[in-house]
Amino acid sequence: MTLEEKKQQVIEDFSLYDEWLDKYEYLIELGKSLAPFPEGKKTEDRLIKGCQSRVWLDSELRDGRLYFSADSDAIITKGIISLLIDVYSGRTPEEIAADDFGFVADIGLKENLSPTRANGLVSMIETIKNVAENGR
Amino acid sequence: MLEEIRSQFPALSARVYGKPLVYLDNAATAQRPLSVTESWMQLTQEKNANIHRAVHYLAGVATEAYEDTREQVRRFLNADSREEIIFTSGATAAVNLVAFSFGEAFVHEGDEVVVSVAEHHSNLVPWQMLCERKKATLKVLDIDENGVLCCETLEKQLSERTKIVAISHISNVLGLVNPVRELVSVCHRHGVPVLVDGAQGVVHETVDVQALDCDFYVFSGHKIYAATGTGVLYGKKQWLEAVPPYMSGGEMIGTVSFEKTTFAPLPQKFEAGTQNFNAVPTLSPALDFARACREDSAVQREQSAILSYVYEKLAADPRITLYGTSRETKIPLFSFSVDGAHHEDLALILDKMGVAVRSGQMCAEPLMNRLGVTGLLRASFAPYNTLEEAEYFIKCLDKAINMLV
Repeated sequence: MTLEEKKQQVIEDFSLYDEWLDKYEYLIELGKSLAPFPEGKKTEDRLIKGCQSRVWLDSELRDGRLYFSADSDAIITKGIISLLIDVYSGRTPEEIAADDFGFVADIGLKENLSPTRANGLVSMIETIKNVAENGR
Repeated sequence: MLEEIRSQFPALSARVYGKPLVYLDNAATAQRPLSVTESWMQLTQEKNANIHRAVHYLAGVATEAYEDTREQVRRFLNADSREEIIFTSGATAAVNLVAFSFGEAFVHEGDEVVVSVAEHHSNLVPWQMLCERKKATLKVLDIDENGVLCCETLEKQLSERTKIVAISHISNVLGLVNPVRELVSVCHRHGVPVLVDGAQGVVHETVDVQALDCDFYVFSGHKIYAATGTGVLYGKKQWLEAVPPYMSGGEMIGTVSFEKTTFAPLPQKFEAGTQNFNAVPTLSPALDFARACREDSAVQREQSAILSYVYEKLAADPRITLYGTSRETKIPLFSFSVDGAHHEDLALILDKMGVAVRSGQMCAEPLMNRLGVTGLLRASFAPYNTLEEAEYFIKCLDKAINMLV
């Protein structure tokens, strides 16, 4: 699936739910099903700054593609980071760096978060972009 | 009766996400009644002139509103004289004032300052900075397993080097009324003055500073229905006279020359610069409202019903750990954690149900560390909240927990 196709799929999945509570339930499910993140990797340098809850992000460059793993102590935040890494894992750094992350606005995610949480989302996106730009 | 009170608060009829707003973040800031907002607007539109100096009519009207409020605050706290009431921008500014001015006069290298582990950062960091400045030591008074400050523990923290003790009347996290009178009397036996942070205390308790015998008492206007940017420092005259000014300039001078400046008498000595004269007088209708609620038996019955109901529901739920459990000194302010659910997730879900609660460290990071948590969820009630809202909150909380766990 191309990056565009994947984003389209996420937008469609999200549009299944009208109520924001249902969307949260969906994010919670995503959070719960995220692959386990080793305790040893929960280090200060992997913490994303600007989030109210703790969010760790790790990345690995294999065969020219970036693979992300992540964790958070808050489950909705974990669902959000899970959504992001599901979309961007396995893409080339060039692809990620060139992306505008506009689908986040398309699903209304940022607008429906409290300002502190929205800042956290912006920080997550910035961190993923930085990783991609440094990986090029 | 409660309907009548609620109708004075336009904010309470707001709808969020299509649901009625249930505002349970009153410990952060209270909503404001029409009497306050109307007075605020009137002060801005009709009584706006700089106070004290000018001889013109409007300045007289503005000065009168400001000084009448000082008298009303004096009566509200039962202070001995108007000189003991200093207007500040809030409780934080008042603590900073004392930490600086008292610190300049009385705290020296090797001295000790005692604060409790349950203090809001605003009643902690100013003292910490003072101690760093003066090479003094900050000592920490612990709470017991129920969250209570004990006289015996306090007595052990006092020494010949203790210069001041700073404690809260009611912790903004634990929601327990501390035995301030007894704690003050222990300190006074050792000749140590006490500052009481009344940011929460003044909202829930009738405060008589002479009966408490505390040396300083501070509170913020916005938590007790007044305009933001208002606050009060009560200080015993003997202390306020004995310490130097905090800020200088404006109204706080006596005479000024390049050789020597003398300072104005109390209370102006501590009110440098242009005062918040459009906002400070809103304390008058705000304190009237607070007093009326205390004297209203229907309000009091509802408050005590809310306290019993929420306390019992939270304490009985095996998934929930409530902090500040001393039932007989509890006010309707509840901080708690939920096994397996992050406080931020809970707050976010409750928000979508229309319930406004606080999550996080609540400006009390050392207390969070002491309790062994990264943060808590807090629901804090005001006299305009209803038992029905409390029941809705408990129902929503249960639903939120089930979504997460």
